Amino acid sequence: MTAHELLVRLKSGSVASEAVQEALYARIEKVDSKINAYVRRADFRKNDAVNKKQGLLFSLPVTVKDNICTEGLNTECCSKILAGFCPPYEATVISKLKKAGAEIFPLKANMDEFAFGSSTENSCFGPTHNPWNLGCVPGGSSGGSAAAVAADEAIWALGSDTGGSIRQPASFCGVVGLKPTYGRVSRFGLIAFASSLDQIGPITKDVEDAAILTQAISGYDPNDSTSVDQDVPDYLKSLTKDIKGLRVGIPKEYFVEGMDSEVKSVIEQAVNKLKTLGASVKEVSLPHTEYAVPVYYIIATAEASSNLARFDGVQYGYRAKSDNLIEMYKRTRAEGFGDEAKRRIILGTFALSHGYYDAYYLRALKVRTLIKQDFDRVFAEFDCIAAPTSPTPAFKLGERASEPLKMYLSDIYTISVNLAGIPAISIPCGFTKDKLPVGLQIMAGSFNEEMLFRVAHTFEQNTEWHKIKSSL
Amino acid sequence: MAIDNETIRHVAHLARIDLQAKELERLHVQLHEILGFIDKISNLNIEDVLPASHILPISNVLREDIPHTSLTPERALENAPSKKGNFFSVPKIIE
Amino acid sequence: MIYQTVIGLEVHLQLSTKTKAFCGCIIDFGRAPNTCVCPICLGFPGTLPVYNKEALNSAIKVALAFNCQIQEHTKFDRKNYFYPDLPKNYQISQYDLPLSRNGYLYIYRDNKPKRIGITRIHLEEDAGKLIHEDGQSLVDFNRAGIPLIEIVSEPDLFSPQEAFDYLTNLKSIIEYLDVSDCDMEKGSLRCDANISLRKAGSLELGVKTELKNMNSFKGVKDALSFEVGRQAELLDRGGDMVQETRLWDAEKGVTVSMRTKEGAKDYRYFPDPDLTRFHINQDMIERLRLKLPELPQEKLQRFMKEYSLSEYDAKILVSSKEDARFSEECIRIYPGKDKKLMVNWLIGPLLSEANSRKVKISELNITNDELISLIGFVERGEISGLSAKGVLSQMIDSGKSARELIIESNLLQVSDTEELSKIIESVILENTKSVDDFRSGKTNALMFLVGQVMKKSSGKANPKIVGQLLSRRLTDA
Repeated sequence: MTAHELLVRLKSGSVASEAVQEALYARIEKVDSKINAYVRRADFRKNDAVNKKQGLLFSLPVTVKDNICTEGLNTECCSKILAGFCPPYEATVISKLKKAGAEIFPLKANMDEFAFGSSTENSCFGPTHNPWNLGCVPGGSSGGSAAAVAADEAIWALGSDTGGSIRQPASFCGVVGLKPTYGRVSRFGLIAFASSLDQIGPITKDVEDAAILTQAISGYDPNDSTSVDQDVPDYLKSLTKDIKGLRVGIPKEYFVEGMDSEVKSVIEQAVNKLKTLGASVKEVSLPHTEYAVPVYYIIATAEASSNLARFDGVQYGYRAKSDNLIEMYKRTRAEGFGDEAKRRIILGTFALSHGYYDAYYLRALKVRTLIKQDFDRVFAEFDCIAAPTSPTPAFKLGERASEPLKMYLSDIYTISVNLAGIPAISIPCGFTKDKLPVGLQIMAGSFNEEMLFRVAHTFEQNTEWHKIKSSL
Repeated sequence: MAIDNETIRHVAHLARIDLQAKELERLHVQLHEILGFIDKISNLNIEDVLPASHILPISNVLREDIPHTSLTPERALENAPSKKGNFFSVPKIIE
Repeated sequence: MIYQTVIGLEVHLQLSTKTKAFCGCIIDFGRAPNTCVCPICLGFPGTLPVYNKEALNSAIKVALAFNCQIQEHTKFDRKNYFYPDLPKNYQISQYDLPLSRNGYLYIYRDNKPKRIGITRIHLEEDAGKLIHEDGQSLVDFNRAGIPLIEIVSEPDLFSPQEAFDYLTNLKSIIEYLDVSDCDMEKGSLRCDANISLRKAGSLELGVKTELKNMNSFKGVKDALSFEVGRQAELLDRGGDMVQETRLWDAEKGVTVSMRTKEGAKDYRYFPDPDLTRFHINQDMIERLRLKLPELPQEKLQRFMKEYSLSEYDAKILVSSKEDARFSEECIRIYPGKDKKLMVNWLIGPLLSEANSRKVKISELNITNDELISLIGFVERGEISGLSAKGVLSQMIDSGKSARELIIESNLLQVSDTEELSKIIESVILENTKSVDDFRSGKTNALMFLVGQVMKKSSGKANPKIVGQLLSRRLTDA
């Protein structure tokens, strides 16, 4: 059941909050050994008393990705180097959720270590499996959150998105995933990957749930210098089910070689649906699209190399044995970080290093401006952009693990959004022959989440995709 | 752009990560490929473009000089791999 | 070989805001380890910085006081390096767009001013403290995150004495601004020096040596003096100067080389994405400029002019902010027409008392009002100037008022002309010879007669008035 359906029943009393929790625990017991959406299940202790606060969210449990700090509950980014870390404070979004009456689910969702990845294969707790096909990846880095929601192991979940880490797994798992505008949701308490790109966002079963959850976590936070002091509109009001006359742009650069032909045809049909619903659809151009992935991998890894410098065995987490400091640093980080983490740190350090800063980092920042300007130009004339979320459906486990560049290229449709700081949502819009979900991505201008909810909800309510569940 | 082992070793030192020989080899190949791909951006003419070091058009975010509650030393040191009294402890620093 | 010494100083100053740069932990010297910390200044994963408005204001005030150009657009950058006292393994600092540039301050030698350029003043955060023990190092993060400003001078200082003078003046200006303790012992002011020698007349700078670990202004001067000698001797021998960092050993009086650096450090500076840019507009600057107090040099000039003081005397009064405040207040509330009298008391008896007790004038146990009351007694002729000095001393020791002590010690002078005339008449009658001597031109005789009046009045007669009365009486009759 979706959150909004449950909320109705919880309010009326026909369902008890304990029952909701129990149902989740039972489901996890049944399927999670196959899916591995949740981590540290062996340490699991049930919540002593379900919080009976009234609040907007009526004790509904929210599943939280392992890189969002939850006080008293281990937050390890699924990395050996943060093993055992139990934060003495909580993320702002967690405080907001609790204030709204939500329960924080006592198990954290699996993820690619430090959010480095597009498949959730880089976790020190083993990969998460896609509920639609256990031999496939759920996408990443919020693969655990997406798989849990898809498999009904969670009502709804929080993920984080730096280059597509909410939207791509949502698309692979046939659920809804939204990345808010940069600055809409506080990053305080989100263990940073790339500070100028990261955002926390909802992964849910339908668009209405995404609107509710986004509402609950959005807003200015004085503890985050990059959070914007702008009122949060009532997102539920955007669920008008009407897109007549809206101008939708389809970026021509997104429909080039490399796109899976089945995905292409599913997307084309989805776009046609938008037309039948009254939107006017036209081709647009985002000319700097081909530079998005290189720019991202310079900026994101550079910021990450600095953000992850604090993981050194001094104050928390894993510490390697050694009798002198430098050796301790080097061994701790060599043993504590996984391969992808090391790769990105080295790449990022290189991009910032003396002699390369201008050619890489500074240059990337300039190209980022051009990418943002591409979107500004389109949104001056169009209400939103529609595109595929991913060039392929979920790929097989292990398929790309040894080819980092190939893995990076799977982010091609999601990355520009983070670089431009704009919001985007992925919603299920069909399946491949192999019954793997395909996601449709809608993008809008900064702080125009209302447009996303409006378009996504209208599409969803006029199709049946969101009702189809995996057989698991 | 070509990246050689020497550079990778130097960068790994800057990042304080020990690399095994095999890792170094693998990284060399992978980074070479990735950098080759990234080099795409060197073709663009970006003379007059301003760098987007901050994507949001906000500035001057400040806080008032008002105290908050600090952590107790116990909580601050809760996660410490090694401590002595209320100090964090690290192995000796050899220059 | 004659060498010219070229010195540049880097001063790190802790700002005396209530809380740290990027979090609300309080700043309190001497607290037990790790009691003024929070997830933010500890650099815990997920935490974010928000800059302290007061720190920015203080830094701008310092920049204005040193005549710097304030950068309209400024930002923070990350300085990346690994060290256990650096919680995030990067320091939030400023690189290419510092808060301010191109300032100056003056130092004075033999009354001649010399302008010392200030290259830049920028913002950064302090690191924690390390204690080295056998086999391990202990880290205390209380100090981590305290707001610092770094003041970099141009290499315009040409002797250890000039360096000393620069630091003294810098400190006095900062004290006036009340934005930092400036205490080298407590660590709120730290100084590193760069020194090189070049052949006299050469325009090229020599190889520079960085000096660290000086714990006092004198230490800075001594370390630099030692270096001048060491470097000159090395150069004379034809040795090679290598760029290095040396530590001052105050006990042994020598500098010792730290291990030679393995090449220049690569800090990989980049703009900190967790903090916004800062636009410092003219309004903000003017508002803060208005809040600047009168700085030491201005105050000195004004005291000299307004109270006709010599530079030497004026300097005494403005030597510290507290002394200047005390003096100024005394002068302001002094009811007499001639303020110079008040000033003379300050630079005379009061300074004496302060010096003998080894404290500042403003630290003496006496208030402006009490001092003025004492002076009043002298002005009205109720006690002699000499007695007053004694009373002052007693006032400071006992805390009693002037009136109390004067009455206790029975010091009230008689200035009443009628009463004095009576005594004068009897003295004249008893000392006819001296009277004749005076009338015949021996002016000393007057002094003798005054003395007799003093004796007859048990020292209470006001000698000045006695002198006047006697003189008139004797010349009239």
